[in-house]
Amino acid sequence: MNSELAQPDGPTPEAAPAPLAERDLRWHVRVRGLRKSFGPKLVLDGIDLDIERGKVNVIIGASGAGKSVLIKHFMCLLRPDRGSIWVDGTDVFALGSQALARFRRKFGLVFQFAALFDSLTVEENCAFPLREHTKLGKAAIKEIVRDRLAALGLDGFQAAYPGSLSGGQRKRVGLARALVLEPEILIFDEPTTGLDPLATRNVDEMILGAVERYKVTSVVISHDMASVFRIADRIAMLHERRILAAGTVDEIKASAIPYLHEFIRTSGVAAAGATP
Amino acid sequence: MSRGSSVGADVVAGVKDAFAPVVRLVDRFGDHVILMGRAFAWLPRRPFRPANYLEACEYVGVGSLPIVLLVGLFTGLVMGLQAVFAFRQFQLESFAGGTTGKALAVELAPVLSALMLAGRSGAGIATELGTMRITEQIDALESMAVSPVQFLVLPRLVAGMLMAPILSLLFFIVGMLGCYFIAVVVQHVDHGQFVLHTRDLLTTTDVIQGMLKSIVFGLIVILIGCYQGYNAAGGGRGVGLGTTRAVVYASVAVLVSDYFLTDILLRVMSSDTGLR
Repeated sequence: MNSELAQPDGPTPEAAPAPLAERDLRWHVRVRGLRKSFGPKLVLDGIDLDIERGKVNVIIGASGAGKSVLIKHFMCLLRPDRGSIWVDGTDVFALGSQALARFRRKFGLVFQFAALFDSLTVEENCAFPLREHTKLGKAAIKEIVRDRLAALGLDGFQAAYPGSLSGGQRKRVGLARALVLEPEILIFDEPTTGLDPLATRNVDEMILGAVERYKVTSVVISHDMASVFRIADRIAMLHERRILAAGTVDEIKASAIPYLHEFIRTSGVAAAGATP
Repeated sequence: MSRGSSVGADVVAGVKDAFAPVVRLVDRFGDHVILMGRAFAWLPRRPFRPANYLEACEYVGVGSLPIVLLVGLFTGLVMGLQAVFAFRQFQLESFAGGTTGKALAVELAPVLSALMLAGRSGAGIATELGTMRITEQIDALESMAVSPVQFLVLPRLVAGMLMAPILSLLFFIVGMLGCYFIAVVVQHVDHGQFVLHTRDLLTTTDVIQGMLKSIVFGLIVILIGCYQGYNAAGGGRGVGLGTTRAVVYASVAVLVSDYFLTDILLRVMSSDTGLR
């Protein structure tokens, strides 16, 4: 776990950013000029974005705007046509296959529908990354998994198969699996999609709890504005292949950009949250 | 001038259209070869995960055993019956064992067991990997720094190459038992003559030839199943289409490659084939 993040005298927002090839104290991930197309369809075009260390960074945008495509570049699950992503001074796309495999362990990715392995139990799903990447014994793995599941209110579900879990429980198991290797950056792909309001609030609390407890940098993709305003420290809006706006929650709420204003207003939460 | 160049462009476009299916076929063939190459490149690299290989062998081999044995038995029975009735016209029914054995060893056992493998294991693998693809389980593997090709594809390819010749051999043995039963027990062909002529006509080379074919067929069937599943897209319908294609393409590929393999093996393994 990144102990630096816990220090109260951390970086100040005013500090000049370090060069891209060096570790910056404030910005954990820095995206520069990212362009991606699938065949003739241009999805991302010149994305510049900074992800703040130890904070909940939310990327919002309409369905099909390219949010998931963007975050898949963070872990090099997709390669861009042009542009670069720097994580702690490392150019992600310059890594060789073995270095990339090591680098990916910095990340935990929680998929929209959890992407749990159907044929494995909850315990086996959570133990999978530990079995693959550590030399820990069975007892130690079992203990770590039990700890993560208990922290997310799932102790006792070890023997269950994913098919028998509710949507919210599956997402929590997905988070537990993402947390077992103690990642530095947690990515949530539309964590509240398809959930009822209570389950949505539970998932929000789960995200905030994980950030608080494990001191990770979080990147959340969402278009559920009520949820976004509950959890976000920073918000970036992706629109028409570019970052339309990025800033703190207050900056975004105060923004006069018509599309952003309309996006928030039609979500039905602006009236309650836009004006302090 | 411009009219001439326009006609030229139309001709080029027409030729391109006419050859598009051929280009697509070559393209797909290349994709399969690349997937196979990527998989086997992982063969000598850690981690080896022997449990994955055993599981794949169990699925491909043991799982296909009942259907292969059943088809083998009835193929032997019907071939024996036909041979006895055909040879009886010339008082040569004791040759039924030898001719059936030769047909089973070099053609029927490897081809029919491969077709059974395509219908069961090829289709099953395409569905399993296709479902994993559309539910993001393959992306999850990659995000956890585990190569899906090494984890999912390689063990299945190795299992196909190991299990197909064993299934083919068992098909042959059961088929010969069926032929013996129908010829000697039911049709009262002399036991000694049956065995003698079978020994005369059927050679070890025939059996080896059939098993060599089976190794290639096993690779082809499982590779096509893996390719269709690994590249599935378009939700449940896409998985269904991929499964159908896996069975159809594998069956056609087995029959087409059988001709070329037979030609090569006859030239290499038989001392005097009379082939030009």
